[in-house]
Amino acid sequence: MSTKAHADHDHHDHKPTGIKRWLFSTNHKDIGTMYLVFSLIMFFIGGSMAMIIRAELFQPGLQFVDPQFYNSMVTVHALVMIFGAIMPAGVGLANWMIPIMIGAPDMALPRMNNMSFWIMPFAFALLLGTFFMEGGAPAGGWTMYPPLVLQTGKAFPFLIFAVHFLGISSIMGAINIIATVFNMRAPGMTLMRLPLFVWTWVITAFLLIASMPVLAGAVTMLLTDKYFGTSFFNAAGGGDPVLFQHIFWFFGHPEVYILILPAFGIISQIIPTFARKPLFGYASMVYATASIAILSFFVWAHHMFTVGLPINGELFFMYATMLIAVPTGVKVFNWVATMWKGAMTFETPMLFALAFVILFTIGGFSGLMLGITPVDFQYHDTYFVVAHFHYVLLTGAVFALMASAYYWLPKWTGHMYDEKLAKIHFWLSAIFANVLFFPQHFLGLAGMPRRIPDYSVQFADFNMVSSLGGFAYGISQLLFVYIVIKCVLGGKKATGQVWEGARGLEWTLSSPPPYHSFTKSPKVTKALMDY
Amino acid sequence: MIKIGGIKRTTVLLTLLTVVMFGFGYALVPLYDVFCEVTGLNGKTARIYGKEASKLVVDKERFVTIQFDSNINGNLAWKLKADQKFLKANPGKFYVATYTVENMINEEIVGQAIPSVTPQIASLYLKKAECFCFKSQVLKPGEKKKLTVRFEIDKDIPKDVESLTLSYTFFRALKDKKRVS
Repeated sequence: MSTKAHADHDHHDHKPTGIKRWLFSTNHKDIGTMYLVFSLIMFFIGGSMAMIIRAELFQPGLQFVDPQFYNSMVTVHALVMIFGAIMPAGVGLANWMIPIMIGAPDMALPRMNNMSFWIMPFAFALLLGTFFMEGGAPAGGWTMYPPLVLQTGKAFPFLIFAVHFLGISSIMGAINIIATVFNMRAPGMTLMRLPLFVWTWVITAFLLIASMPVLAGAVTMLLTDKYFGTSFFNAAGGGDPVLFQHIFWFFGHPEVYILILPAFGIISQIIPTFARKPLFGYASMVYATASIAILSFFVWAHHMFTVGLPINGELFFMYATMLIAVPTGVKVFNWVATMWKGAMTFETPMLFALAFVILFTIGGFSGLMLGITPVDFQYHDTYFVVAHFHYVLLTGAVFALMASAYYWLPKWTGHMYDEKLAKIHFWLSAIFANVLFFPQHFLGLAGMPRRIPDYSVQFADFNMVSSLGGFAYGISQLLFVYIVIKCVLGGKKATGQVWEGARGLEWTLSSPPPYHSFTKSPKVTKALMDY
Repeated sequence: MIKIGGIKRTTVLLTLLTVVMFGFGYALVPLYDVFCEVTGLNGKTARIYGKEASKLVVDKERFVTIQFDSNINGNLAWKLKADQKFLKANPGKFYVATYTVENMINEEIVGQAIPSVTPQIASLYLKKAECFCFKSQVLKPGEKKKLTVRFEIDKDIPKDVESLTLSYTFFRALKDKKRVS
């Protein structure tokens, strides 16, 4: 770069102050922070809906809310958690970490970065505003199956446009990430030296670009079916409601990997750090991630085994689904082999990572059970499904996000977090997440359907246990907020390296890193990433 | 090492991919229809015309029971009844079945019947030469009407299909929509 005289970072550190710094920010660190804070707020909004759901299910019978409102809780909880909490958290981490992991000064398209963040508050204003509308919030399930979703009242177009906006936002984020990684790597940062978090995000970004537009198409068809007389999904006009399910899940299955692949990346950063060993198989991890991504486009119909597919279709989708267990197994064994004979310590990020490996694998196995066509006919639309996807999304994706927050908080803030409180947070989370979701397996196998506000009395005990776990888990997350705020405000000064076993470019910067980092490209050598 | 040109190219290509995938979502609709027609899924039945009909060979040895079912979609105030519960049909021979439909309210309504055949494999072999489902039906207030369907079962229908069900559901037709599956 030509500005050698400006190599002193502090000199570069002037930034707009006050609200303008955030509104007009094009700085990847600020935008990353905004994404992370936004997703945490959404996590609590979605979480309070979950509390209402669990309160209603505490006992059989209708206690607190009417069934319509209950249904909208179920629907909006899912939308908020998927599009508001987990995805933006992933994008926030990508924004913060990818440039400093690959030695780039910022994201490739900083203005678009700003826009893709600021679309989201508006999208959620549209979605959450529907609670105050005639007919209430959407209550047809987050999957928006017609014809039920077409009965949504005034909220319907708001739901559709919210989904459109969220799609646009995440596609812009994805384009930005790929453009950054492909074009802004420091010299020597070859593709096969990229930190795995970056790799998993590149692949996630491709999944986003390939699948979100299909969802946008599907919801646009719903919109024109309702208001403009088309009949994509209307049998009276020659359409077919099952078609929606095919299109939706063509998006929906890649979407679940969009939620989990960044988590895989996070875990692949954290375990080597605290095992003080390089990842057991770097290349196999990259290829496993890519194969999961590709396979994800060929398994969508395992979400709809019961719609009346021909036997050959059921078999194809069953086998393809089973196939995904292979690269996923490669990953799990990789993590375990990395820890083998490692000099492990158990700081909070590592604890969350270990819990992730165990609990995500449980969720993966219940996924395999659901993937077996003949038994899926029993499990379909029961609490077993609910237990399965909460194991992979809560104790999977969310635990990985928590791990990443503890792992990188010292880097972001320059202060160490309170390790003792963080460990308490971990144990409360790990214990109560299981109290919350494990009994739901039994409920599902015993035949309790999902998405109902009331149930028969034989399900009462396990539901009460599950609800108690839910309340405890929910309250213990407030501790996380306290720990984060405490860490932002002060604490033991963190070194640049932070963790003894941490490797990579981001750890060569000070903690917190300067506002503008790597304005001069660093040289990346093999030694930098090695142990 | 920042490649400015590369950023532009990547952005354009990825934006293009986004547009293509949006189009692909819509392309799934005709693909789905073609797939259903080829495989006979969804009970989409075949249609034959005069020329083909003359080539029919009747298989007198075999009988396939065909059951007639009728449904009315929730927002249509009509009554639909099959005039025969079932019929034993020789493959390769034409039969006529009738339904009676009645408008129960004081309003002229256009209705559209959508056929469906189970088992799905049988829908490939049930061929209709004439059917009230080919076009929408207009019923005056209180009008009662006989509707006919003329069909044959193809002689190549698999041996294990001993009976099949032909079901009609009447929907309130979408305004100005005269599409027939």
